[in-house]
Amino acid sequence: MVRKSIIVGLIVGLFVLLAAAPKPVAQPIKIAALGPMKVTPGENQWRAAELAAEEINEAGGVMVGGVKRSVRIIKTDTSEEVSATDAVAAIEKVITVDKVDFLVGTHRTESTLAMQDVAMKYRKILIVTGAASPIVCERVGTDYGKYKYTFRTWINSAFMGRAMFASLEDLSRLVKRELGIEKLKLAVFSEKLVWADPVVKAAETLAPKMGMEVVGVWRPSAAATDVTPELRAIQTSGAHIIYTATSGTMGVVMCKQWGELKVPAVMTGGHSHACVKGFWKATGGYGNYVPTFTGIGPAKITPKTLPFWNKFVKRFDEFPGYESSTYDAVYLLKEAIEKAGSLDSDAIVAELEKIDYVGAYYPRITFFPKGDKYAHDLRFGPGYATGVTNQWLDGDVKVVWPYGWEGITYEGSKPYTFPPWFLKHWKK
Amino acid sequence: MDILISGIQLGAIYAILSIGFSLILGSARIIFLTYAVFYMLVGYFWYIVNTLFGMNLILSASLAVVMTVALGIGTYKLCVERIRQHETTVILITLVLAFFFEECVLLGFGSQLRNVPAFIPGYVELLGVKVLNQYSLTLAVSLVLIFLIWLFLWKTKLGIAIRATSQDREVVNLMGINEKRMSMIAVGVGIALAGIAGVMVAPIYLLEPTMWTEPFIMVLAIVILGGLGSIKGSIIGAYILGYAQVALVYLVPMGSFIRSSVALAAMIVVLLIRPEGMFGVLFEEERL
Repeated sequence: MVRKSIIVGLIVGLFVLLAAAPKPVAQPIKIAALGPMKVTPGENQWRAAELAAEEINEAGGVMVGGVKRSVRIIKTDTSEEVSATDAVAAIEKVITVDKVDFLVGTHRTESTLAMQDVAMKYRKILIVTGAASPIVCERVGTDYGKYKYTFRTWINSAFMGRAMFASLEDLSRLVKRELGIEKLKLAVFSEKLVWADPVVKAAETLAPKMGMEVVGVWRPSAAATDVTPELRAIQTSGAHIIYTATSGTMGVVMCKQWGELKVPAVMTGGHSHACVKGFWKATGGYGNYVPTFTGIGPAKITPKTLPFWNKFVKRFDEFPGYESSTYDAVYLLKEAIEKAGSLDSDAIVAELEKIDYVGAYYPRITFFPKGDKYAHDLRFGPGYATGVTNQWLDGDVKVVWPYGWEGITYEGSKPYTFPPWFLKHWKK
Repeated sequence: MDILISGIQLGAIYAILSIGFSLILGSARIIFLTYAVFYMLVGYFWYIVNTLFGMNLILSASLAVVMTVALGIGTYKLCVERIRQHETTVILITLVLAFFFEECVLLGFGSQLRNVPAFIPGYVELLGVKVLNQYSLTLAVSLVLIFLIWLFLWKTKLGIAIRATSQDREVVNLMGINEKRMSMIAVGVGIALAGIAGVMVAPIYLLEPTMWTEPFIMVLAIVILGGLGSIKGSIIGAYILGYAQVALVYLVPMGSFIRSSVALAAMIVVLLIRPEGMFGVLFEEERL
C-alpha cells in the first residue's frame, strides 16, 4: 500500500514538475548593426536598428514558422573609416562568434566591399544602408550566385548624382531668378573617394547641359584639415553654386570655413557629416545655410516618417541620417522572414526580391530585379526612393528638396534659403 | 595674390611646428616622433578647460599649452631620456607613444569632431583676398615666435648653452653645463611651440584624434628638406612646402588630394639627392 502511494506520489510529482518546467524559449533573431560606432553616423545605424527591434518586440516579435521570436540587435563597431582590415575582422567575429542571422549597415564603400565578401562567404544577408558606390550591387548583377545575399536601402551614388542634379537644377532656377543672371558658374567640390567618382563625372557631363559653366573641380583628401585655399580658389573662379560630395571629416571643415569666409556661392549636394545634429556644434554655427542630400528629413515623406524622426530625435537627441535606414532594413527583414516562414537565407532573398514596402524613408522600397545592372539596389525615382535635401537653418534642419520636382513636395518642406552674404555679394 | 597669401598662412603654421621639432632634434639629438601628437593634445586640453569648465578663452589656451608641455616633459623624462643614446629605440618608442596618446583621446572623446572658438572670429579682405582673422593672428604669432626663438637661442645664456649642447655634449659637460637639463629644456620649448601651433590652428580646423598625422608628415618633410636640426632650414622648408601645396590646389584643383604626397615626394627626392637637406651641412659642421 505504502509502495503504491509512493509510486502514485512520484508520478503526480513528475507531472507537477513537467507542468512547472519552463517551456522552451524561441531563440531571438540576431541582427548585427554594422558601422563605425565611434562616429555619429555609425552610432545612428545602431540606434535606428535598435528602435525598430524595440518596436517589433513590443508588438510581439517576428512570426517564424508559427513561433514568435524576438529581435536582438548586436552593435558592431567596424571602424571602417579607419581600416578595412578592422572592418573585416569585426564582421567575421560577429558572424562566427556572435552567430548573427542577418547583417545591416556599413558606411564606407571601400570597407563594405571587403565586408561584403565575408558576408557572402557565410551566405548571410547583408542590407547595406551607408556605402553608396554602385559597385556594391553591380557585384550582384555580375555574379548573382555569390552576391545575391546583398541588398541596399540607400540610393546608390549614380542615382544620388541624378537626385542631387535634379536638386541642382531646381536651385539654379532659383538663383537665376533671384540674381537675374542667365549663365551660372558651377564649382565641383568632392573628396577623392570611390563613391564620389560617379557624382563628379555626372557633374561634369550634366552641368553644361543645364546651361552652367563648370569653372573647376576640386578634389581634396577626405581627411584634409584645411580647405581655405580651395575655397579661395572657388571664390576667385566666380562660381555662383558649389556642388558638393563629401563623406569624410573634411566636409565639416569645408562647411565651417565656407560659413566663416562667407564664400559668395550657394551649396548643393551632400555632406555625410552634415546629416547629424553634432554638425552644428562642430562648425561652431558656421554651418548655417549648408544643405545636404540625405535619405530622410522632418517632413511627411510617408506616414511613418515623422513618427520615426520625432521618436529618434527625442530618444537620442540626434537626427537620423541616410545611413539610419537600418530602421527600415530591420522591418524589411521582419516582412521577408514572416513571408518565408524561416530564417533560410535563400528563401528570404526570394522574398526580399518581391518586396514592396512603405518605409519611414521612402514611399516605396523595392529592389531592382535579378538580371538588372543594379540588381538588389534600391529603386530610385518619383513615387519610390527620392531622398531629400535638408538645409541647416539656425541650428535646425528643414527639407528644401524636392520642392515641386516631378510634382513632389513633401508636407513640411520649405523653399531653399539663400545666405544673406550671397545675396549681398551678387546684388551689389 | 591668392597663392601668395595662402602660402604665407600655411607656411607660418608649418614653420612654428617645424622649429620645435628641429630644436628638439638639434639640441636633444632625438627624433621625437611623439612631437606632432602634442599639437593635437593641446587642442583637447583647451577644449576641456574652455568648453567643459567654461574658462576664459586666452586663459584656457595658455593653461592648455602649460598642460601639454608638462605632459611632454613627463613623457620625455619617463620614456625617452634614459634610452636616448639608442636612436632606433627612441624612434620606435616615440612612435608607439604617439599612437598610444591618439588611442587615449579616441577612448575618451570618440572621433566626433569638436570645435573651439577663434580668438578673433571672422575675416578681413586683403587685396581682394579673404583672410580669416585667426589665420592673420597665427601669422603674427609665428613671426613673433621666430623672433623670440632667435633671441632666446642667440642672446640668452640658456639659449647659448642649449646650442652648445647641440654642438658637443662632452665639452659642454666639461664646462659644467648640465647637458641632460639642457636637452630637457629644449624638449620643453619644442613642445611649447607645438602647443602654440595647436591653439592657433585648432579654431581654424576641427579637433579630432587623428588631426596630428598630416602635420606629422609635413614636419618630417620640412626638417628633411631644411636640414636635420637646422632652424633656419625649417623655416625656409616650411614656406617652400606650404607654397608647393597651395600652388597644387590652384594649378591642379583635381589633384588637391595629393597635397600631402607633395611633402612625401619632396622628402624622398631630398633624401636621395641631398640627404643632409638644404642647411644640413652647415649644421653638421657646426656640430663638429
